[in-house]
Amino acid sequence: MIKAKHKPIESIGEMAAPYRRVLVLGCNTCTAVSLAGGEKEVGLLSSTLRLRNAGKGKNQEFQEFVVKRQCEMEFLEEARELIQETDVVLSLACGVGMNCVADNFPDTPVLPGNDTAFLGLSPELGQFTERCVACGDCLIHLTGGLCPLARCAKRLLNGPCGGSEEGHCEISPDVPCIWHKIYDRMRALGQLDKLSVVVPVREWSMNDAIGPRSFVREDLTVQTGQGE
Amino acid sequence: MAQSQQFKSNSKLEKVLTQGHFAVSGEVGPPKGTGAEGIREKGAMLKEYTDALNVTDNQTAIVRMCSLAGCTVLKQVGADPLMQIVCRDRNRLAIQADVLGAVALGINNFLCLSGDHQKFGNHPNAKGVYDLDSTQLIATLRQMRDEKKFICGEDISGDMPMFIGAAANPYADPFEFRVTRLAKKVNAGADFIQTQAIYDIDKFARYMELVRDMGLDKRTHILAGIIPVRASGMARYMKNFVPGVAVPQSLIDRMKTAEDKGGEDKKQRAEYGREEGISISLELIERVRQIPGVHGIHIMAVNWEEIVPVLVERAGLYPRPQVL
Repeated sequence: MIKAKHKPIESIGEMAAPYRRVLVLGCNTCTAVSLAGGEKEVGLLSSTLRLRNAGKGKNQEFQEFVVKRQCEMEFLEEARELIQETDVVLSLACGVGMNCVADNFPDTPVLPGNDTAFLGLSPELGQFTERCVACGDCLIHLTGGLCPLARCAKRLLNGPCGGSEEGHCEISPDVPCIWHKIYDRMRALGQLDKLSVVVPVREWSMNDAIGPRSFVREDLTVQTGQGE
Repeated sequence: MAQSQQFKSNSKLEKVLTQGHFAVSGEVGPPKGTGAEGIREKGAMLKEYTDALNVTDNQTAIVRMCSLAGCTVLKQVGADPLMQIVCRDRNRLAIQADVLGAVALGINNFLCLSGDHQKFGNHPNAKGVYDLDSTQLIATLRQMRDEKKFICGEDISGDMPMFIGAAANPYADPFEFRVTRLAKKVNAGADFIQTQAIYDIDKFARYMELVRDMGLDKRTHILAGIIPVRASGMARYMKNFVPGVAVPQSLIDRMKTAEDKGGEDKKQRAEYGREEGISISLELIERVRQIPGVHGIHIMAVNWEEIVPVLVERAGLYPRPQVL
């Protein structure tokens, strides 16, 4: 899932300062699971912002609302009136949701209340870690199901660098060397032969080499001029 | 021993190795600035004692004069430079462009590296490039030389003489995969290998046994890495902070014992440490020479370059073979 976390409260307060009416808009899907965008977090953040203003004679309102998904207009519709009436949206979605609000409400400024961190999971409460870089050209059939693009600090494709030591990465003893894990897993699976093949230069055109990415699935698009 | 052969480049190192001599390469770290004088001095001092001189490429992710410029300065004093290229700082366009420029300037030797992670350097927030990895970089250079084609398949004009090298770290994990990784680099086109610093001879000997089992010593030239240790503090620092360098505690203890002979006198301690460091390096050189499949040594004496002539002479590796 998409993982996100709140920006520091000081920087949120500073961004929101010029606006009188602030709509704190949550998202009940990925960032809610990250504990950074659900009803509880929207309430907590709004209260904190109100408390910061207390006693300073500041006339600022924080309204709270949560939609199921900010990245889909269908759900964003529910907040249409609120968004159109407010001076600014302080979004607790991921970057996708924030963009969706901005794309669809040209007259309303959008502030990021969250930093979108990565596509990952939460192995334990309060811990979040990356698992996928959405490269657009999955290769984990070659690497035992573990992604070196997401999990190797150098995105190496041909095995561990010389800094791999006792199972951890050269950048930190707390970071596992994913290539060590790939090796162990491929050995256990009896597929070590796959790791002896030179993986050629990668075409990044499915990743960040072509600018904003998009794709079309013809089978799902509505064909105009057809019967039924 | 000399014979008429088809060489891949005009590299002295290639000729020395191909003709069966035990090779010696050294290293010059470029300055954090524009002064070329230091490179010239080191080049002039080391050229008679080595067959090639590596110029590091933003070593440990610290910005320095670029390797290409450092190599060019070395050429000016008659040394045969070896250009290191890391994948961390440049994408395929920049790397291929630099290689063309290097060949145009008469640089023959190249070493393909991943590069220490930018986190270790003086710009830890830099974006790491890693468009290619080190194995792909080797394959790229080989394609540029043997097929005269860029990665994209377009033709390269002009000659592309290159002697292509790679690194290997016998002490990194997982140990069993290290030889497979070496094989991949050889298959990708590595003509020679410079290893990470060797201190634990027994482990290196086991590694070389696996190398010979796979016949890799017949397909590439392996130069064992030697980092002369000047003081126990330096050994401790390398053990704790330099990625990929395995320094046994026994070596640190041995240095410390030697330094203690100097008592409280700092100068005396340094002198005893230096002498012990030289002895250790000479022992290592002697022992790696005994290991079948080792075709040379690569001495990395950064900031202690003046020790290289001493080691090469005392190890009986001077004068260097004259090759044409």
